[in-house]
Amino acid sequence: MASTGLGEGLITAREAGLVACGRCGRLHPIAENYCSRCSAPLESRDFESPQKVWAWLIAGLVAYLPANIYPMLRTSQLGTSTESTIVGGVMDLIHHGSVGIAAIVFFASIVIPVGKFFAIAYLAISVQRKSLLNQHQRHKLYEVVEFVGRWSMIDVFVVAILSALVQFDTLASINPGIAAFSFAISVVFTMLSAQSFDARLIWDVDRTNHAK
Amino acid sequence: MACPQCDTLHYAARLPEGSRAYCKRCGVVIATERATAFAQVLSLAITAFILMVAAISFPFLELDVAGHHNSISVLQAVTVFNDGIALLLAIAVAGFIVFLPLLRLASIIYALGPLVRGKPARRSAKEAFALAEFLQPWSMAEIFIVGVAVALIKVAGLAHVSTGPAFWAFCALVLITVLKDQLICRYSVWQALD
Ligand SMILES: [Zn+2]
Ligand SMILES: [Zn+2]
Repeated sequence: MASTGLGEGLITAREAGLVACGRCGRLHPIAENYCSRCSAPLESRDFESPQKVWAWLIAGLVAYLPANIYPMLRTSQLGTSTESTIVGGVMDLIHHGSVGIAAIVFFASIVIPVGKFFAIAYLAISVQRKSLLNQHQRHKLYEVVEFVGRWSMIDVFVVAILSALVQFDTLASINPGIAAFSFAISVVFTMLSAQSFDARLIWDVDRTNHAK
Repeated sequence: MACPQCDTLHYAARLPEGSRAYCKRCGVVIATERATAFAQVLSLAITAFILMVAAISFPFLELDVAGHHNSISVLQAVTVFNDGIALLLAIAVAGFIVFLPLLRLASIIYALGPLVRGKPARRSAKEAFALAEFLQPWSMAEIFIVGVAVALIKVAGLAHVSTGPAFWAFCALVLITVLKDQLICRYSVWQALD
């Protein structure tokens, strides 16, 4: 809570009657519709952003549930076939003594996705409620969410590599389960959700009251 | 210039060589000043492109189990699948680790190439650079490397696995891409493309 905005005589482009191009950064008068440099559509604020965030987030959540219920991997070894879910895979790794790797997979497949659902929901709610609290912390949270979200793909890549590598007919083979695909979809949806968030809205709250 | 994250206005001043400008309000980096940055970014992008081509064509991982030997390149790994889920998954993975990164590198080379040689920008250089920016979060080569490490440990009990030359090309590629993304200054590139 170091600063709640207005300090140091800083003003936003919006208050100065300008709009910055979201793609290349060039400033234009606020009435302008398209960027003169890169011809991207100009938008001072995306007030629909929370709705888009929610839509993608819910889609991501819907895809995340089957990813946890259905098997990620189907392993057949000498005639016997076993299926393992995300959690099951983590358990197997712990049984084999690879606690460090188990921790990475647990983090990437469970902690990050679940944490991300909560973090994005919190950001969207705080912006919709025009919260004044913790602007710096919320902005940091947003940056972390954007940076970390892609790393959830690890388990999908692991499944793909294993099933490409272990194909020895009856001896041993590994095949991907339906969960691998729904997990990948879920990661894509939550990445889109984070991308639709307009971080400028975090900083606007204390200003809109002052501006007009 | 306005901060891309919080919209706060700043005066675009000439920065000392090698320095970075941060937003006064939210603290993100808004510009970096480096006379040789374009040339470095371009050469790193070209190197990464060549490494990527090597990484997908040479054997990536080799595996021995009870006398059977299996050696795969990334291209083979993608083409080995031919049924439902596995095929969809293979297409998605190939997109994230091969096609999108290649497309991104090609766009950067296309956009920055003429600038480094002191020539005017190509006509669609802006579109190309915008595409490269758009593709950044979707190029997942570095995540793939961690995935390989996890996969190697998972099959360690089942078989003997060793890494092929392409694996090391891929690792180098990841390091170079990270370095390149550190060097690139969005603001100066757009200024130069104008
Ligand atoms: Zn623009
Ligand atoms: Zn800022």
